Amino acid sequence: MIDWEPLLLTFKLALITTFLLVLIAIPLAYWLAYSKSKIKPIIETLVSMPLVLPPTVIGFYLLVAFSPSNMFGNWLNEWFGLQLVFSFEGLLVASIIYSLPFMVHPIQSGFSNLSKSLIDVSYVLGKSKTTTLFRVLLPNIKSSLLTGIVLAFAHTVGEFGVVLMIGGNIPGKTKVASIAIYDEVEALNYGVANTYSLILFGITFTILLVIFLINGGYLKQLLK
Amino acid sequence: MIQLNIQKKLKSATGEMNLSINTEIKQGNLVSFYGKSGAGKTTILKILAGLLNPETGEIVVNGVTWLNTSKKINLKPQKRKVGFVFQDYSLFPNMTVKENLKFALAKNQSQKIISELIEIVELGNLQNRKPETLSGGQKQRVALARALVQKPSILMLDEPLSALDSEIRYKLQQHILQVHQEYHLTTILISHDISEILRMSDYLFEITSGKISREGKPSELFKFQNLNAKFQFIGDVVALEQQDFLYILTIKIGKDIVKVIADETEGANLTIGDKVLVASKAFNPVIHKIN
Repeated sequence: MIDWEPLLLTFKLALITTFLLVLIAIPLAYWLAYSKSKIKPIIETLVSMPLVLPPTVIGFYLLVAFSPSNMFGNWLNEWFGLQLVFSFEGLLVASIIYSLPFMVHPIQSGFSNLSKSLIDVSYVLGKSKTTTLFRVLLPNIKSSLLTGIVLAFAHTVGEFGVVLMIGGNIPGKTKVASIAIYDEVEALNYGVANTYSLILFGITFTILLVIFLINGGYLKQLLK
Repeated sequence: MIQLNIQKKLKSATGEMNLSINTEIKQGNLVSFYGKSGAGKTTILKILAGLLNPETGEIVVNGVTWLNTSKKINLKPQKRKVGFVFQDYSLFPNMTVKENLKFALAKNQSQKIISELIEIVELGNLQNRKPETLSGGQKQRVALARALVQKPSILMLDEPLSALDSEIRYKLQQHILQVHQEYHLTTILISHDISEILRMSDYLFEITSGKISREGKPSELFKFQNLNAKFQFIGDVVALEQQDFLYILTIKIGKDIVKVIADETEGANLTIGDKVLVASKAFNPVIHKIN
């Protein structure tokens, strides 16, 4: 029998990361889509960096930053009792940063593709920015939100380099499925590695398929 | 009364342009803005609604200052309470017709107005449809009704009828005139269509490169009255052909194409795309019974 802990940990990490990313990415994407600020290109670049940087680079800098022997890591530890190196919380922070562009980009382009006059109409009708966001903008970019959620979730399930750097390989705490597979291969347990891999393959395939079916409107046609 | 004195630099296709408007619009009037695209008409409406800010200027509506750049007063669009119908209608795609109107309700406002408006613009059997399933004319009626839910005192229409065919256009003109009178509105209409302006508006501003180039009663500005004609239609020249001493003009009037003859001096002044008035005296038409 295989050890289910790495798989459970992976999906726990992916779920929490995705949930927090929704909360972070909506305001950020809103700002990126509508702001005319001069620092916008810099923020846009920073958000996109995880797309091109090797995950080990991000992992390395996070490791250095969060280390308790460092000022920032020390401050986190003293003020919040947060130890981000080799802990689940650390994995969470790293995953959020690493998957940020996968959530922000679809939502940002969703906002940008909406007609600007929808916002104008809502303002002229006396509605606040918040009302406009929740009742006009978000309901009209549902498919972008869904795409962002799925991509961020799937990407977190699949990450390896970052979690290995910042999380180490502590069973039950930071040993996620992708690392477990690596471990098993190193120990020449190909059978177990194969089981993990098949499960990951099956689950992610199913999730992505469902999303494409929903976004493509195939499900609606089937239900008719 | 709307007092408007605004200046704004605009980037247009032909380079920078200074928008500079200083005028008054009388309460209860239906006025038209007429002019080429890019002349700044929509910008004026957006500034009035608070969606764009001018560099300097002052807007006073019925004694209330909406904008005064030197005193740093600038009411948000939410506080100005105007009705605005956008060129692309901008109905909320996620809401049905009725939900679009309900969304427009002010806090604690009674829903009575919605059924009243639905009746006026004849939307009864469409109220549960989503905007994507509506035709252009139907969308336009929803946009018009939605703009009126909060009973604004000013209604602004940005080329509301330009995308519609002539029959629906005529019907919507009637709807606009009806609500203009019923709700005692001051209405500002952007239009390219001279016959529409003549039929609907009390006063006309012609806007050229950001400035008012002409203003007055539409019938006086477009000087047709002195012709004393019995039949008159406005159309577009679609073809122009010179034959000996005559020109043969092909003119599109509404949905119909007609051919008329013009003499050499008349024809030489015309090019394809010109708007012309085709008029005839009473003594020479052919009457043919058709039923």
